[in-house]
Amino acid sequence: MSAPDTPKRSMRTPLGRVRNLGAAHSGTSDFWRQRITAVAMTLLMLPVIIVVMMTLGSNQAGAKVILGSLPIAVIMLLFIVASAWHMKIGMQVVIEDYVHNEKLKLISVMLNNFFSIAVALASTYAIIKISSGV
Amino acid sequence: MALSIVHRATGIALYAGTLLLVWWLVAAASGHNAYATVQAFTGSIIGRLIVFGYTWSLMHHMLSGIRHLVWDLGYGFKANEREALTWGALIGGIVLTILIWIIAYAIGGVR
Repeated sequence: MSAPDTPKRSMRTPLGRVRNLGAAHSGTSDFWRQRITAVAMTLLMLPVIIVVMMTLGSNQAGAKVILGSLPIAVIMLLFIVASAWHMKIGMQVVIEDYVHNEKLKLISVMLNNFFSIAVALASTYAIIKISSGV
Repeated sequence: MALSIVHRATGIALYAGTLLLVWWLVAAASGHNAYATVQAFTGSIIGRLIVFGYTWSLMHHMLSGIRHLVWDLGYGFKANEREALTWGALIGGIVLTILIWIIAYAIGGVR
């Protein structure tokens, strides 16, 4: 399949020809999301550290009161979503760099997805449970 | 300086270390005994070393990542700028880690 896409005759732009043809057929979206989540976590870092510091020295009842307050719960939820997403993308890059056996790579990528989603959901569930006092 | 491998290594460490965050939050949602178990672990010598390592990994990965964001924007490619960014991330990560732990101890994290 060459005739319509040959550089001389084609009316398609160079970008139009290569879009969605990356290794994952999704272009640069993972690259971009990795940066969004990185910036998000950098902005959230100080608030999250403060939250963790606030819970130091208190027992479970005290920690529940702190983590259950609305602004703190939202800060923690944002941080968890960003970090789970960021670590999923980062680990996938590592897997794609070092695991060359195709089947092993697929399994690794899949397990990476499972782990990251499990981390996100378990933490999210915990925070919502604390906040709603169930 | 070959710090990009350290960025990757700290990223992998943080990936595993997330389990600590999950454990802490789930324990806080579960009950008194579960939370006390987490505190017993993070209060032990090994637990403290792990959390200290986690703190450093987080701080280093963040600063080293900011360095990558600067490069993404097209700045900081001159030799002296690269050196400055790299040393900044390395030293900054250690300084922030120690600062965080000093504050944590000062406000009564030691129990």
